[in-house]
Amino acid sequence: MQKFKTIKSIPAYLPIVNIDTDMIIPKQFLKTIKRTGLGKNLFYEMRYNEQGTPNDDFILNTSPFNDTNILIAGKNFGCGSSREHAPWALLDFGITCVISSSYADIFYNNCFKNGILPIVLPEAKIKELSEYSKRKEEIIVNLEKQKITFGNNEIDFEIDQFKKKCLIEGLDDIALSLEKNPKITEFEKKLSSNRPWIFND
Amino acid sequence: MSKTLYDKIWDDHLVHTQDDGTSLLYVDRHLVHEVTSPQAFEGLRNSNRKVRQPNLTLAVADHNVPTSDRSKGISDEESKLQVETLEKNCDEFGIKLFGMNDKRQGIVHIIGPEQGFTQPGSIIVCGDSHTATHGAFGSLAFGIGTSEVEHVLATQTLVQKKSKNFRIKVDGKLSIGVTSKDVILQIIGKIGTAGGTGYVIEYAGSLISSLSVEQRMTICNMTIEGGARAGLIEPDEKIFNYLNGRPMSPKKENWDKALDYWSKLKSDGDANFDKEVTLDGKDIMPMVTWGTSPQDVISIDGRIPNPENEADEDRKNSIERSLKYMGLKPGTAIKDVKIDKVFIGSCTNGRIEDLRDAAKIVKNKKVAQHVYAMVVPGSGLVKQQAEQEGLDKVFKDSGFDWREPGCSMCLAMNADKLKPEERCASTSNRNFEGRQGRGGRTHLVSPGMAAAAAISGSLDDVRKFQN
Repeated sequence: MQKFKTIKSIPAYLPIVNIDTDMIIPKQFLKTIKRTGLGKNLFYEMRYNEQGTPNDDFILNTSPFNDTNILIAGKNFGCGSSREHAPWALLDFGITCVISSSYADIFYNNCFKNGILPIVLPEAKIKELSEYSKRKEEIIVNLEKQKITFGNNEIDFEIDQFKKKCLIEGLDDIALSLEKNPKITEFEKKLSSNRPWIFND
Repeated sequence: MSKTLYDKIWDDHLVHTQDDGTSLLYVDRHLVHEVTSPQAFEGLRNSNRKVRQPNLTLAVADHNVPTSDRSKGISDEESKLQVETLEKNCDEFGIKLFGMNDKRQGIVHIIGPEQGFTQPGSIIVCGDSHTATHGAFGSLAFGIGTSEVEHVLATQTLVQKKSKNFRIKVDGKLSIGVTSKDVILQIIGKIGTAGGTGYVIEYAGSLISSLSVEQRMTICNMTIEGGARAGLIEPDEKIFNYLNGRPMSPKKENWDKALDYWSKLKSDGDANFDKEVTLDGKDIMPMVTWGTSPQDVISIDGRIPNPENEADEDRKNSIERSLKYMGLKPGTAIKDVKIDKVFIGSCTNGRIEDLRDAAKIVKNKKVAQHVYAMVVPGSGLVKQQAEQEGLDKVFKDSGFDWREPGCSMCLAMNADKLKPEERCASTSNRNFEGRQGRGGRTHLVSPGMAAAAAISGSLDDVRKFQN
């Protein structure tokens, strides 16, 4: 996983609540067996007309937002299915930070597995930040300091410290868990005597 | 200290806990399907890792499979590749797979219980948000992403932080024509699609325990639509009887040991819940969604809401957007809304009792002339059972299409989909924009309500058709 570095970018603001994973990446693109290449189909139905031509009114089709690394969106972002294709599509497009007032659990977790930082801020702060999208001005997201800088202002954000460490160091979850292999083996031993039916023995 | 059922299952699966509460949990059962697994297996191969416990994983192809004649295979090249990739991966890593032509093939959340793979008190995961379904057995079951699928394959564990406890109590009785689908739709309408975020929900109360095993699955299935990753119900005799003798259920002395353990799985009387909501059965009506979020729900006697009456700006905008997409006007009686298609099936409502409910309504009646209606059984075994009972004949005689099992038009990944602006009464779980096909308009209902809509040609009250 890529290490998370400080981002400086003009954020794109999508003022829609309950953006679901079907909106982020519709099912016809889930047939891939790869993790990459989904960026061009991110927000497909809003981004392209029925003929498949780009919809010029959609924010991510317009400059400078077609190059953005930061997406600001309405509450309950990423609700719906567990498809990791949603964060893969965001990442492939270049978005490595999402800012919203709330997220669906599975999507939220999936972000961290892919080097994407989902920031939670109160609604009022979201409105304030969204002005920078409208004015096409850059904001800075610093994970190390847990700070967003915009103009002369700063906002602090909260983040789980372990998740923060994993993002910053680009840690591989599986390798970390495999370090606990003796504990897993010990658990399995107990399991086969306490709940033997689990192993169909 | 008093514990909830969720607390108990959590504690029994703890391999390790860090100081900050981040925990490593042991996974007893892992279900795999073709859409969310190829990248996980690829990850294993790239890092030269093996599957730790192949026997604890069961795989099936469900999302991409055609529901028409399968003898010619899959015509869509990408779908075909994904299904073949699953076969190849299962073969390489030694995982049991129900292939497309196996009669046990079906939707992953239907075959788990059917085979006895789903068991009380266990942790069950799958790269699919509707894994919550298995919570009906008193297990902790939740959806995971593909990276986590890879993590489970490699380690048989998952890294998790504990959720809070939320209890939803439903007492009383269901009125005639009202089903557990209506109960969960009403719950989602009440708590909202983010109402359960950060919680595990336990469904309790006299109405919940009066439900059959399959009806409970419908409730737990749509827990995710209420924002909670997992929903569970204390297991009881009905659950134990259901599991007894299933192919993958515990056998002989293990059955006795399991039964002893399962019987103790309940929340302590004085256990603390961080949030509680109560409903009464008598207030629950046949429900239908009008918008593009499962929380956009009204009773069949209701009218489409007016965004102008909303004080909250976000909510107002969201209603306007939904109504525009759905092609509906505020104030319209929902019963006056004409439909084009009917879909009966999915992991929410594709089981034998669902098909019986719908067949009862359509028996000796005809599907309205302008409506195309389809039934997609949840599994090969559900299909077989329905055919033994003659339900296929009832459906076909009334003009329904009788299909092969799979996810089908619940998410329209295969060839079954809505055309733009087509309107569908659907027994599935999501009415999101484009969910059943680009521009398609979905109204979520119970199987009986879907059947009633097929006959009337517009959304209708199932109670009209009860004898």
